[in-house]
Amino acid sequence: MSTRREQIIYLLIRMVMYSIVLVIGYILFDIVRHGLPALNWEFISEYPRKSGSEGGILPAIVGTLSLLAGTIIVALPLGICSAIYLSEYAEQTRFTTIIRLAIITLAGVPSIVFGLFGLGLFVLFLNFGTSILAGSLTLACMVLPTIIVSSEEALRAVPLGYRDASLALGATKWETIRTNVLPYSLSGIITGSILGIGRAAGETAPILLTVAAFYLPKLPKSIFDQVMALPYHLYILATQHPEADKVLPLQYATALVLLLLVLGLSLGAIFIRIHFRKKYRW
Amino acid sequence: MWKDKAMRLLMVSAASTSIFLVALIFIFLVKEAAPFVLTPGLRALLDRQWIPVSFVQEHFGILPLVTGSALVTGLSMLFTIPLSVLGAIYIAEIANPVEREILKPFIELLASIPSVVLGFFGLVVLAPLIKALFGLGTGLTALTGAFLLTLMAIPTVITLSEDAIMSVPRAYKDASQALGASDLQTIFRVIIPAALPGIIAAIMLGVGRVIGETMAVLMVTGNSALMSWSPLAPVRTMTATIAAEMGEVSFGSIHYQALFWIGLVLLAVTFILNIIAQRVLVRYGMMK
Repeated sequence: MSTRREQIIYLLIRMVMYSIVLVIGYILFDIVRHGLPALNWEFISEYPRKSGSEGGILPAIVGTLSLLAGTIIVALPLGICSAIYLSEYAEQTRFTTIIRLAIITLAGVPSIVFGLFGLGLFVLFLNFGTSILAGSLTLACMVLPTIIVSSEEALRAVPLGYRDASLALGATKWETIRTNVLPYSLSGIITGSILGIGRAAGETAPILLTVAAFYLPKLPKSIFDQVMALPYHLYILATQHPEADKVLPLQYATALVLLLLVLGLSLGAIFIRIHFRKKYRW
Repeated sequence: MWKDKAMRLLMVSAASTSIFLVALIFIFLVKEAAPFVLTPGLRALLDRQWIPVSFVQEHFGILPLVTGSALVTGLSMLFTIPLSVLGAIYIAEIANPVEREILKPFIELLASIPSVVLGFFGLVVLAPLIKALFGLGTGLTALTGAFLLTLMAIPTVITLSEDAIMSVPRAYKDASQALGASDLQTIFRVIIPAALPGIIAAIMLGVGRVIGETMAVLMVTGNSALMSWSPLAPVRTMTATIAAEMGEVSFGSIHYQALFWIGLVLLAVTFILNIIAQRVLVRYGMMK
């Protein structure tokens, strides 16, 4: 039995929770409401004109997508292999402890510090210049811990019996991993990785110093080119544009495109997870 | 068998890159920051003013930036802690299963809104609101930044606190109820105290996230590098300084080195917070 006082406290806690939900909802609603009217095919498919006051955001979309592709190519194999080591091979040794410590440390490094690091190592020391290559590598370092942690979780979810059965039949360790562990954990690995990489798509601070161009109305030709990127473009339009108020609809539309891209990736990942959770039940 | 050994080697080397990366980050930050130690010397960082570009006398004191970061982070924790802990209690103990299945992805959704989008929202919606509400000259204040940072910290703190609450053994709850405690008494006098180490670790990780957050604060805190403890005055954080000034600085200059020192301070602070939080989690057996 709960007393009247307790019921009031319950109500208060519920109100706290739902006011958080309400605020999130309002932010999304506000951006969709103001962004949608300015969002059309021309906006997505055309080059910007007059330093972004008119025209579209095609180079920024292409820029962000190419950064994403670069990040995936670098971070995904590295992250999955690390996770395989941690879940399948690693013993409780000092070496393993240090690896885990390193991953935790990486996960906590602020994004702007990754930017500084990328500037120091990739842009200047390795002389990649401000380029897609430098930006992708920087973003890859940033998402690596997320990919490792979620992939390891997915690998560990596969029951031990699967491994034992394969090993008992004479398969080697690698054959066991390839045929009896990876196939069943792939969906989990993919979802976790998409969630991590989706966040990279919206990151501004690391690309600010390593790749992003202020205004560059053309498409990149090689991985050594600078590109525009959606988050940076939004930042520039909102804070540096001489007539920031006049281009407000374009700012909202850019925010909406970025939001759709990032949330689309995240929602996709969440749906894949729900789908596969129903398929595999150990 | 050679193939088996080769694959093992591949996995070990992949896993070692994380160690390698942490070392590289540290080395490259130190490398770019190092010459500062000779001229003008580390004492220059303790100046009370940050005036990196001047015709008369440059000042590279990072104190106003540290207090700026501390003020914004402290304010945001004032909101984050009660909201997140109550939110976590709601999700873990009060919500029905259907509600929980909806609320949890929704909180994850908040985590994936890019910080630049939140910063933009803060700039066009929140700042004018705060300006009107408090009758200020500008809505770009520490408080505005703190509100946005709260939104960014909430997903981290709620999710980890909820894990901590969930990891409290069921027997504690049963025992408490068997002694006649109500649900609410059980939550606040048994479950929360038992989950406290985990909740504290969650808060520390939230603080780490907030201190390192760049774009949202860059866009809404007004960026004036004056030492001030007023929530309604503009401030400038460490992260925003790096982001705003690195684009215009000439590589290798003293100003450039000073910005890398700020990066080192940020790295050290987040590293320490992370390690302590992890220690707490391991010590109380709350690691997943």
